[in-house]
Amino acid sequence: MTTATDTGTGAGTYAPRPGAAPLPRMIAAQAALETRMLLRNGEQLLLTVVIPTLLLALFSSVDIVDTGAGKSVDFLAPGILALAVMSTAFTGQAIATGFERRYGVLKRLASSPLPRWGLMTAKTAAVLVTEILQVILLTVIAFALGWSPHGNPLAVLLLLVLGTAAFSGLGLLMAGTLKAEATLAAANLVFLLLLVGGGVIVPLSKFGGAQHVLGLLPISALSNGLRDVLQHGAGTPWGDLGILAVWAVLGLAAAGRFFRWE
Amino acid sequence: MRSEPVVQVRDLVKRYGTKTAVDGLDLVARPGVTAVLGPNGAGKTTTIETCEGYRRPDSGSVRVLGLDPVRQSAELRPKVGVMLQSGGVYSGARADEMLRHVAKLHAHPLDVDALIQRLGLGSCGRTSYRRLSGGQQQRLALAMAVVGRPELVFLDEPTAGLDPQARRATWDLVRDLRTDGVSVILTTHYMEEAEQLADDVAIIDAGRVIAQGSPEELCKGGAENTLRFTGRPGLDVGSLLKALPADSSAAELTPGSYRVIGKVNPQLLATVTSWCAQHGVMPDRISVERHTLEDVFLELTGKELRS
Repeated sequence: MTTATDTGTGAGTYAPRPGAAPLPRMIAAQAALETRMLLRNGEQLLLTVVIPTLLLALFSSVDIVDTGAGKSVDFLAPGILALAVMSTAFTGQAIATGFERRYGVLKRLASSPLPRWGLMTAKTAAVLVTEILQVILLTVIAFALGWSPHGNPLAVLLLLVLGTAAFSGLGLLMAGTLKAEATLAAANLVFLLLLVGGGVIVPLSKFGGAQHVLGLLPISALSNGLRDVLQHGAGTPWGDLGILAVWAVLGLAAAGRFFRWE
Repeated sequence: MRSEPVVQVRDLVKRYGTKTAVDGLDLVARPGVTAVLGPNGAGKTTTIETCEGYRRPDSGSVRVLGLDPVRQSAELRPKVGVMLQSGGVYSGARADEMLRHVAKLHAHPLDVDALIQRLGLGSCGRTSYRRLSGGQQQRLALAMAVVGRPELVFLDEPTAGLDPQARRATWDLVRDLRTDGVSVILTTHYMEEAEQLADDVAIIDAGRVIAQGSPEELCKGGAENTLRFTGRPGLDVGSLLKALPADSSAAELTPGSYRVIGKVNPQLLATVTSWCAQHGVMPDRISVERHTLEDVFLELTGKELRS
């Protein structure tokens, strides 16, 4: 038995020996690569780490926005967690996937042994890993700022998962249908608009009659739901979960229907 | 080595809107290296990408390693290596990182370090893909196509824009693939590349294969070849013509400069030199212009520029 076949110079080095790696190994490798790409990208980090951290620290310590009774960090932390989910699942994923589509990465991977659903599973795993890191970081900072959360952790988890599904669907819909540059511009614009008008740092009650419409946005449902539980110790916020579920179903179905791989 | 075709395309039609990119194309590629030549817009990439499973035929059938590239994609993908014309790599990924990743998607990949060294990608270091030179990007895409030890490799213009050293390295790798029993289908604009590498050449124009054969077979047909020599001015061209085979022609183009057109082979060369010897002529600067693949290509596809 010789081992010269795999070392790169001997005759027979390239003799065909095709085969796909086991699925779990392919998906794990893809998820690891996707996560590294997300965490290595400076613009992505600005969006997913720097902006949420700065907003949380700034608005908790300086009294700019009237956040109602109680400590401002108790109002802000849930909103910032919602923002973190949106920054990764929607904005970051839309921009990254849009450029992967533009530069033929999705096309090239489509001819690899990794099936398409495996690629999407890996992307979701990368988003979840990034979100876990964000939640840990922001929770530590919030505690340092005197945060005292309440409520049922399971309800919080459910909100975060449904919010991730809703934002992923919308982000992938955008990435799979628009040009990469249009996705870049639109995803950032939407991020900014929803940051202001989605109950993240500015209470929806400041918007008068518009608050009922704004309350139907996925970011509002996520930030309000998280706030009901974490700030007010409410039980399971079914209304907000329902809104997120509708967005998730619509967004993922539309993405599945209209996504173009190249 | 399997003897049945690695690629079998029958009456393939592919339209984009009102434009017909591929128009009833038939192509059979046997094991070995097949080069697909054709002017820009001839339908080369569309044909290759249909074989790779990226496009569904509007009509006709495509079989790659006996499989349907769309319906049997899961079975086919591990057996085929793909090099796209450009891109295909995360802009923030390093060359070795991306290659190692593609290797992980396969059950029995090549030794990644050896492949990196072989293709001169070791110097890419920690540079991200978007900052690599065009040549480095091309070589990485080539490495990604072969790292999974496929039976068949599709290379879409593998040496476009490469410097001569990198082009040789690519050619050497294609030759080694062939030796080790990997079939290669490549598109190219470089006739020399097709002559150097291909067992079989298919020339595509306007969405059809208009000629196919080994480079030698293709060069044999078509226009006659040319032999030139210089000697004393005013030699008796008529008597030379008598010595030559019937389908040849001879002329004194400028004083002392002679041209023979015909089937240029060792016999013809011997005939010309012995005629010169009989007439006491020292044939100077004797030269043979062989009919190149480029001549055949231009003859078949026309010399005018296309938009």
